[in-house]
Amino acid sequence: MKTTQISVFLDNKPGRLAEVTGLLAGAKINIRALSLAETADFGVLRLIVNDNAACLAVLKENRFVAQETEVIAIEVEDRPGGLHRILDVLDKAGINIEYMYAFVEKKKDNAIVVFKIDACREAVEVLSKNGIAVVSQDVIRNL
Amino acid sequence: MIWNEKVECMHRGAMQELQSRRLVELVRYVHERNPAYRQKLEAAGVAPARIKGIGDIGDLPFTVKYDMRDTYPFGLFSRPIKEVSEIHVSSGTSGTPTVVGYTKDDLKLWSDVMARALCCAGAEPGDMIHIMYGYGLFTGGLGLHYGALEMGLTIIPASAGQTKRQLQLMADFKPRLVACTPSYILFMAEEAREMGLDPRAASYEIGVFGAEPWSEAMRREIESAWDMVATDIYGLSEIIGPGVAQECGHKNGLHIFSDVFYPEIIDPETGAPVPEGKDGELVITTLTKQAIPLLRYRTRDIVSITYEKCACGRTSPRISKIKGRTDDMIIVRGINVFPSQIEHVLLGIEGTQPHYQLVVDRKPGGLDELEVLIEVEERLFSDEIKKLKELEAKIGREIVSTLGVQAKVRLVEPKTIERSMGKAKRVIDKRAM
Repeated sequence: MKTTQISVFLDNKPGRLAEVTGLLAGAKINIRALSLAETADFGVLRLIVNDNAACLAVLKENRFVAQETEVIAIEVEDRPGGLHRILDVLDKAGINIEYMYAFVEKKKDNAIVVFKIDACREAVEVLSKNGIAVVSQDVIRNL
Repeated sequence: MIWNEKVECMHRGAMQELQSRRLVELVRYVHERNPAYRQKLEAAGVAPARIKGIGDIGDLPFTVKYDMRDTYPFGLFSRPIKEVSEIHVSSGTSGTPTVVGYTKDDLKLWSDVMARALCCAGAEPGDMIHIMYGYGLFTGGLGLHYGALEMGLTIIPASAGQTKRQLQLMADFKPRLVACTPSYILFMAEEAREMGLDPRAASYEIGVFGAEPWSEAMRREIESAWDMVATDIYGLSEIIGPGVAQECGHKNGLHIFSDVFYPEIIDPETGAPVPEGKDGELVITTLTKQAIPLLRYRTRDIVSITYEKCACGRTSPRISKIKGRTDDMIIVRGINVFPSQIEHVLLGIEGTQPHYQLVVDRKPGGLDELEVLIEVEERLFSDEIKKLKELEAKIGREIVSTLGVQAKVRLVEPKTIERSMGKAKRVIDKRAM
């Protein structure tokens, strides 16, 4: 039930992000969600796309350092406390979140939150026990 | 004053006679006592008897830094270690440090040449000197110390660092002389102003600056910041440490003490001598050292030389300020850094050898800054910023502990480090020399 994210290393310089988006546009790859974490010198771009293999191939061809990262995507109800319910479950189970980011689903009015969790398997287990469903890769691809 | 007037003002003919006698004795000495040199001489087909005077020096084989590495730690010593009084260590090219030793007589020699250097800079017995070169394995601190002791100066053996305390000592004790790296004295001027002290009103009148190359522009900056005479001192641990050559008040080249450190200037490609006044690699033969005498040591420093008598009265030849290097060594805050050492550190960390580049810069009034750029490869990459920052910090710590110099490590994208002819350019030196 995991989702694959593409992580890309970028220098923190003008034009680097546009170079990536340009390459993906050229390869007709659709970006579902994106998050950028940065330091003064470099950044890590995290992408959820419709075609992982093609995305990695075009990035590597252009000598970007890119790799697949396992993440969990969860649908969050669009109402107060929707996100908190999920975080509360993870917190009580002692599961640490490395980072997270969100995007909005078009077909329903829900948000999808992407979590990077080292203890991935345990997280999925504890979430499903609490009735919180993890969104599959296919669902995301077809959003 | 001239410390050792007899040799420092000696007629050139008499000097050549002295050098000739010493060279003949030296070749006999190393051949007899040092297996590595005996082998080197035999390989070059030079029997000691063939060397009759200084004019024959060109027949002798060169000694290079690798010879010291290959015989680590004591293989190039010509005396048993029990007869060695002191050992100093400097950085080598690839993880193996360079070790040098001094017998009691070598320490006397060091004291004498350093006393000559300090007098040459303008010191008078009874002056006070503030020594801010590092004491310890580095030759800078103790070398200055021995010379100052020999010529009767009052010594503040402050060693390096702790700038505020240094400024306090300066303000309270009022030393006339100061010895440190040229970049440190500029840094100190800034710190002094921040503490509300006027560097121009400070007691320093003469500076003895070395352990890193510096320019005439930097001299002007130091002299105007501190209102003092800034002189250049040259030395390297393989030869003796500081005290190989020193500028006098005329600041017109560094007097090299050629009765004991015989200089040649050669074409680094062919090894042939270059004419007086032309740039070439400085090669030094230590004519009288005991523990680790060296024949024709390739310093890799580019200089020119003049044999004209100086206005100060000394007849010793004078070398120019260092104009460059024939290898890729850089000097950062007085510490020798070879790119190969960084390579070693990187290999040790991830078992990988990413492309890297060293960038050295010196902000106005600041110290040298070393930045190490490392191209991120797949196996070094993580999607988590935390892990990437940890990697940077870990490499930084390894560099400090291996090289003894602080470096800012920065991860960069692949292919961003400039390459020429497919080879990465390892060093970018932005310092205005």
